[in-house]
Amino acid sequence: MTQDSNRPAQPARREFFKMGGAITAGAGAAVVGLAPATAEAAVDTSATLPYKPKTIARVKTMKVNQPVSFNYPDAASPCQAVKMGTPVPGGVGPDNDIVAYSILCTHQGCPTVYDANDRCFKCPCHYSIFDAEKAGQMVCGQAPSKLPQIVLEYDAKTDMITAVAVNGLIYGRQANVL
Amino acid sequence: MANDRIILPPVNAQKTNMTCHFCIVGCGYHVYKWPENKEGGKAPHQNALGLDFRKQLPPYSTILSPTQQTVITDKHGRRYNILIVPDKECVVNQGGGSVRGLHMASYIQMESRLKHPRIHTGDQWLDTDWNQALAIYAGVTKKVLDNKGPRELGFVLFDHGGAGGGFENTWGTGKLVFTALQAPMTRIHNRQAYNSECHATREMGIMELNNSYEDAEVADCIMAIGVNPYETQTNYFLMHWLPNVQGTTIDKKKEWFPGEEVGEGRVIFVDPRKTASISICESVAPDRVLHLDIEPGTDVALFNGLFTYVVDQGWIDRDFIAKRTKGFDEAVKANRMSLEECSKITGVSVEKLKQAAEWAYKPKAGGKLKRTMHGYEKGIIWGNDNYAIQSSLLDLVIATHNVGGRRGTGCVRMGGHQEGYARPPHPTGEKIYLDQEIIAGKGQTLTFWGVSTFQTTCNAENFRNAVLRRSEIVKEAMRKARGATTEQLVAAIYDAIANKGGLFVTSINLYPHIMEDAAHLMLPAVHPGEMNLTSMNGERRLRLSERFMDPPGTAKPDCLIAADIANTLKAMYEKEGNAKMAARFKGFNWKTEEDAFNDGFRLMGKDDVGGVIHSQGGDTGHLATYELLRKAGNNGVQLPIKEVKNGKLIGTEILYTEKFDTPDGLAHFKPSPWKGFFKPVEAQRAKYRFWINSGRVNEAWQSMYHDYYNPNMRERWPMAPVEINPEDARDLGIASGDIVELYNDYGSTYGMAYIVPEAKRGQVFMQFGHFNGIQGDVTTEAVDRNVVPDYKHTWANIRKVASGTYKATVSFKSRHYKA
Repeated sequence: MTQDSNRPAQPARREFFKMGGAITAGAGAAVVGLAPATAEAAVDTSATLPYKPKTIARVKTMKVNQPVSFNYPDAASPCQAVKMGTPVPGGVGPDNDIVAYSILCTHQGCPTVYDANDRCFKCPCHYSIFDAEKAGQMVCGQAPSKLPQIVLEYDAKTDMITAVAVNGLIYGRQANVL
Repeated sequence: MANDRIILPPVNAQKTNMTCHFCIVGCGYHVYKWPENKEGGKAPHQNALGLDFRKQLPPYSTILSPTQQTVITDKHGRRYNILIVPDKECVVNQGGGSVRGLHMASYIQMESRLKHPRIHTGDQWLDTDWNQALAIYAGVTKKVLDNKGPRELGFVLFDHGGAGGGFENTWGTGKLVFTALQAPMTRIHNRQAYNSECHATREMGIMELNNSYEDAEVADCIMAIGVNPYETQTNYFLMHWLPNVQGTTIDKKKEWFPGEEVGEGRVIFVDPRKTASISICESVAPDRVLHLDIEPGTDVALFNGLFTYVVDQGWIDRDFIAKRTKGFDEAVKANRMSLEECSKITGVSVEKLKQAAEWAYKPKAGGKLKRTMHGYEKGIIWGNDNYAIQSSLLDLVIATHNVGGRRGTGCVRMGGHQEGYARPPHPTGEKIYLDQEIIAGKGQTLTFWGVSTFQTTCNAENFRNAVLRRSEIVKEAMRKARGATTEQLVAAIYDAIANKGGLFVTSINLYPHIMEDAAHLMLPAVHPGEMNLTSMNGERRLRLSERFMDPPGTAKPDCLIAADIANTLKAMYEKEGNAKMAARFKGFNWKTEEDAFNDGFRLMGKDDVGGVIHSQGGDTGHLATYELLRKAGNNGVQLPIKEVKNGKLIGTEILYTEKFDTPDGLAHFKPSPWKGFFKPVEAQRAKYRFWINSGRVNEAWQSMYHDYYNPNMRERWPMAPVEINPEDARDLGIASGDIVELYNDYGSTYGMAYIVPEAKRGQVFMQFGHFNGIQGDVTTEAVDRNVVPDYKHTWANIRKVASGTYKATVSFKSRHYKA
């Protein structure tokens, strides 16, 4: 099987909000929708890797239990965001219910498939199951780690969800930022 | 350590071989070790993995997770990065890793390890040194030996492989307990006496690990009996069973069996419970999976019904039966059962029984016999009469010639952990039910060696209470011995065990664990990576797992702890001029674990070695050296070794091609009629509502001794799950995440409710061996004629005790994969 052979990752809807540099933690909401960060603000104060924020979707366009595909932190890393309908760990948005994950199984890198019945991501290669409503916890399977959770932020003014970091190592990488 | 990156090994990183020491499959891994301040580059020529990390790697490139990495400090204070990666060249796992093996690095140098011997004095645990610990252990042991004799010395021993075992350590402990101390009251880690899990099949001439993993790839049919291989033999199932069911091994079948009808493999599961393995097979190939969901404990009836049917149909190998077996007619007569009666007892329809017989035994085109592999595990080993079930199963297997050298066949125990058995024979051959002896107040000392018996035995609550009560008598004596010399302390302990009903308890282990509740002395042991260790997997594949780091503190390999105990006793007897007793403790002059390997495994079958040796290496074990095994790497050699050719060990793929393991070389049928349940089990069945099945959970399988201290695993399985049917749960007002009590005449335990639609009404499944919720507390004392326990059958009532404790943190989604 080749990477993501069946379902090419869709580009994020709001690619035009690409940021020039890393932003300070917690400032995402204010920065999104404004001009690119100034030289002073571009100082990297990240405690982890230099993730660049990326807008994903407007909340009112998201339907409950229907995944939205995007790539993060770069074009080679397919992810999906799901609005669960009830608050969940790591959930953002007006209802604290939107979560996103790298869909590459942390076991051997096969793309997982979102099952709307169970609200789980399932791997067709070695049958690992990850719970989208429990921060990617493995329900059963062979993967060593949870599904990497995309850290999201929400801007109430623009109603936008933005990816700002990744919690967990994406399959096939030494570090999440190549 | 950051969880969104790993540190790459530089090209010159040290690389050694490691066999995963959790489940029996024994996947091959490589351990990379390099100084903490160095890191390999992202270009393929800059890192030891040879992979290009400047871009996203495609699936199946490797497996790399932060759980596979750690930093260690050696005894000189130098720090190193460690990365443990599956070996793509290993024929067992082919680059695959299980959730357990991929955590091996996470279990290295855990802070909770025992680092030095510890003694319970006053009212707390205190560190001491080996001199004092050995003087106390040997001092008490000697007093018991001299005054009452070896029958008062109790031992609960790990008995073969896995993290606690290997040929080095089973030999060291066995030589101490059986040759030197000659202590008969010894039991095995998961059985209540010193016995085999496979008495019947061995008496019939068939050792239980008799084929290769490749045979599962080319079988026409696999019969999986009381086994859940996705969760307990993961990469055997994923790499060798599933490809057959998926049909990707047909070319191999054509090559191996020219002119024979071949096709996609089929699989028949015999299990009252629908397991994750069954759901996966149904998802992959629904038309090639059959689930015989028998009533609990009715395996003997099932196999007798199938045996009778295939004999009546003529689907047996009469030529093979005539030439290579005996006792066929008697077995046919004793086991006779119609399919109708079989259906009535097992609850499986006649139609389904016929389909199973056709899939597994109906001859192929041209009258060629089917090739059916039978794999069984604790569902019958710990079932309703181990001896009887194995007899009935093997009668069926032998009659259809599915053991005896044909590739694609075999009747095998699927196994728990790896094995490495090399010991002298038990001193008397008795099968003493140790737990019952201790409960009855017998025995003066009890050594728990590499075991957590409180959470893994049957009738556990009663056993635990007896040990704790008797241990407390000794603790009180030790508390009162203020300022005592070691000799005075030994005298005080001996008074408590000889005159007051006390029990002196020692635990030899990696961690304090649950046994610290009872122990007076704890001795620190080591695990793979900290010592060289040889073990074999479920196809008898012997590998050397290489030492790559120092043990914590003054911890030692079990074989060298055994040697220290023997040498201390030898010196004590020499000092008082007792040459006869001193002579019993000679032969432990070992400096390293390799000395123990050479003393046991490599001496079987040689003349003048001072006694009989039972070893899974057989008479040709001497051909294996550490040097040759290092060269053989993660592929090792399959025992028994045939020869050494050009510096390479040549092994054996399948057993019994010509002769079986009986004096006459024939396979012996064994009559085995259906008899129902054991009495203590039947009493609980009559009285309580729920059948309490028990078993394992993938993410914490053969690793629970570490997981007690592993926050990641405790997040997923903080307590033993109790799988329950939705309607039963509704009746009892139980929701997933609630805590429930299970109770019967034997005891009570708690578990975490997990509502499972696949669960049948009146049947619950509880994780076995968990530290938080001990299933054994509600099992009975029932054992078969060889003291093999029936852990799988007990009945209990259930009530809710707490609401929603784990609802927020634990997933209760379905563990059954559906595409």
